[in-house]
Amino acid sequence: MKLLSRLLTVCLVCGVSVSVMASDIAVRGDRVYTAAGGPIENGVVIVRDGKIAAVGPAGDVAIPDGMVVVDAAVVTPGLIDAHTVVGMVGFLSQDNDQDYLERSAAIQPELRAIDAYNAREPLIEWLRTFGVTTIHSGHGPGEIISGQTLIAKTTGNTIAEAVINPAAMVAATMGEGAVMSGNDGRNTPGTRGKVAAMLRTELLNAQAYAKKIAAAEDDDEKEPPARDLKLEVLAGVISGEMPMLVTAHRHNDIMTALRIAEEFNIRMVLDGASEAYLLLDEIKAAGVPVIVHPAMARAGGERENLSFTTAEKLINAGIPTAFQSGYEGYVPKTRLVLFEAAMTLPHGLTFEQALAAITIDAAKILGVDDRVGSIEVGKDGDLALYDGDPFEYTSHAVGTIIEGVQVSDRTK
Amino acid sequence: MKRPSGLLTTLFLMAAAVASAEPTAFVGATIMPVADAPIDNGVLVIDGGKIVAIGAGVRVPRNAEVVDVAGKVIVPGFVDTHSHIGEPAGADRSSPIQPEARVLDSINVRDAGFKRALAGGITTVNLMSGSGHLMSGQTIYVKLREGNSIESIAYKKDDGSVDGGMKMANGTNPRRDPPFPGTRGKSAALVRQKYVAAQEYMAKIERADGDAEKMPERDLAMEALVEVLNGERIVHHHTHRHDDILTVLRLQQEFGFRVVLHHVSEAHRVAKEIAAANAPVSLIMIDSPGGKLEAQYIDFENAPALERAGANVGFHTDDYITDSRLFMRMAALGVRAGMSRETALRALTLAGAEMLDLDDRIGTLERGKDADFVILSGDPLSVYTRVQETWVEGVKRFDLDDPDDRAVAEGGFGALQPSFVHEFHGYEEGH
Repeated sequence: MKLLSRLLTVCLVCGVSVSVMASDIAVRGDRVYTAAGGPIENGVVIVRDGKIAAVGPAGDVAIPDGMVVVDAAVVTPGLIDAHTVVGMVGFLSQDNDQDYLERSAAIQPELRAIDAYNAREPLIEWLRTFGVTTIHSGHGPGEIISGQTLIAKTTGNTIAEAVINPAAMVAATMGEGAVMSGNDGRNTPGTRGKVAAMLRTELLNAQAYAKKIAAAEDDDEKEPPARDLKLEVLAGVISGEMPMLVTAHRHNDIMTALRIAEEFNIRMVLDGASEAYLLLDEIKAAGVPVIVHPAMARAGGERENLSFTTAEKLINAGIPTAFQSGYEGYVPKTRLVLFEAAMTLPHGLTFEQALAAITIDAAKILGVDDRVGSIEVGKDGDLALYDGDPFEYTSHAVGTIIEGVQVSDRTK
Repeated sequence: MKRPSGLLTTLFLMAAAVASAEPTAFVGATIMPVADAPIDNGVLVIDGGKIVAIGAGVRVPRNAEVVDVAGKVIVPGFVDTHSHIGEPAGADRSSPIQPEARVLDSINVRDAGFKRALAGGITTVNLMSGSGHLMSGQTIYVKLREGNSIESIAYKKDDGSVDGGMKMANGTNPRRDPPFPGTRGKSAALVRQKYVAAQEYMAKIERADGDAEKMPERDLAMEALVEVLNGERIVHHHTHRHDDILTVLRLQQEFGFRVVLHHVSEAHRVAKEIAAANAPVSLIMIDSPGGKLEAQYIDFENAPALERAGANVGFHTDDYITDSRLFMRMAALGVRAGMSRETALRALTLAGAEMLDLDDRIGTLERGKDADFVILSGDPLSVYTRVQETWVEGVKRFDLDDPDDRAVAEGGFGALQPSFVHEFHGYEEGH
């Protein structure tokens, strides 16, 4: 009682209502797209203590006294970039900070993204300026298994402040990307057949490793195997705890990925998938979601057959699909999922489908839809604000809110 | 008696030729001629590959084929001032300055890049060699008409020779081991030395005053540089950093060549200086800063900053850096940053034509100009808008309703073959 009265006194002195905190904010939108039902005209979103406390038409949702209010023409959930290497690479492409790909061996699942991610990398700010609030970043394509990925908010000064899943997926590559990965002939594959054989061999090793651990747990007489960081991670893949993110572009490489997913009963997410439109039935039957290549990715090499219509075909086939900014290695150093999704609008995707693929559907594929991806009570207060149709080039991002804190007020 | 009858016969034959090639009238579209204010419910009449009439109340010739384009938007064919479609290759690794190398001698006219360009509404391109040299060779201006050889699609000068510019670069891309420069100071010194030599070569020609005996020995490099010095051949200069931009302007002032600045990542820092030098700028709009040191400060803001300063602004794809099919979005991103709509559309069309010295033929929809135009489904600045048709010299070269053309516009299995699209596997010398 004494403590409470003292707290009240302090707050009265500072002249702020007792209930308003730094991570409280009210957002009014002429139109609010929640990604959980139809748009709300004249909508209000109340964020309290970083979480969405209320959402609805202005007539139904009262804004508490003293709460900071931000207005925008259009409000959407904070955008999600379902696959990037931002934070893992310095934006100026200098040799000393390109930490998305370790070339010393073809299979290194033990490489953790959290040991490399730079939360202060300038491109993170660039993404959040356009409304991106959550990214799936980490080791990129280019080796059979290049390492782990993480999921982070586009804020925070340290990985600890930013991260929401420190070990999201294991990143793998099929096809030319993995074949060309061999830089010096040391235990690196030279053919597609060898890529698959090496990956299957390592997954078998992980199965055996997991069996030994289980056996030792059941039987006090048996010694558990010596800890092996690589096999520990792959055992997580085998058990289904951790999905495998497989970058594959050509149709034959996509089939190889699906074949291995079935053989080892692993949770797989397809990445890139330039020729996915040739395999809609197969991908759907396998129950594998797709993080499709950037719509504006260069149509070269193993992506020579990519299409602006791939996302539309996947989504209308009922395959869970999200967009990514991807990785090009040069200019532009990152793309924006906002613009990549926009590019599908003249190619058949509806506004709602395109928005879902960079919000709620991306959140589901990444397994973080309990926290982000839609404007629903109880979820994180992550919002993107625009002065018009977010997908139109001539509209602007005008504000970004992460967990109730306005992290960008730039007009861009 | 004989002569007049011959003249009459000629006139008769000419009349027959005109009658057999009937004019076409495009009726009902919003026409954005760039030379003038937009025309609602306009009429565009073309004949013999040229525009013969344009306006709101234009009478449709009785013999014209009438095309109903109500609800569509017609704009001039786009001019891409900097592209690498068709595999252009100029200088090799032997030295940093090779003005004698012509991309004319390298173009693959069957490259699917030309189809991608048409799908993006582009009707004229400047094909250039790369930026890994201080001077990587002679560029070529190409009209995207149908053709089996580079000669058949190249713009020609009055003397029948192919038309083009000279590619130059400064900053980090041309820097490497000797004989290439290792510093910016050395880069400028090498270029100046070459231009001084060209000035002397030109002086010898002038002193010869038409006397073949007194002419200097033929020298391919010097001949090309004389064309640069006398203003016939425009320098297309890759440059990014503010100080490198000013170095280009300094050399331009010293030697008096005509220059177009390309990329110009830090244009927003020296917009006034660029405008004061009357140097046109061809910008590229990139979706994020970085990717290389010199693009650290690239910003959509370049477009409005240059417009405010009064500089002539155009855009380019740098295809394969950005895809020719997406050229229109450059203008829209410029408007996003604050550029006016008029200047943005001009930057896709007339500004580029001026930068290639072709504005007497292309860049606007005006009577007498080439019938190069694009039929759009809507506002050129909207993401929802598609290129419906691209016409070059009165011939439909891209039609979204044609399944093969649609495949090029959208991509898909085998749609872009044969094609050469460079893939980046990490940092490389670039464009």
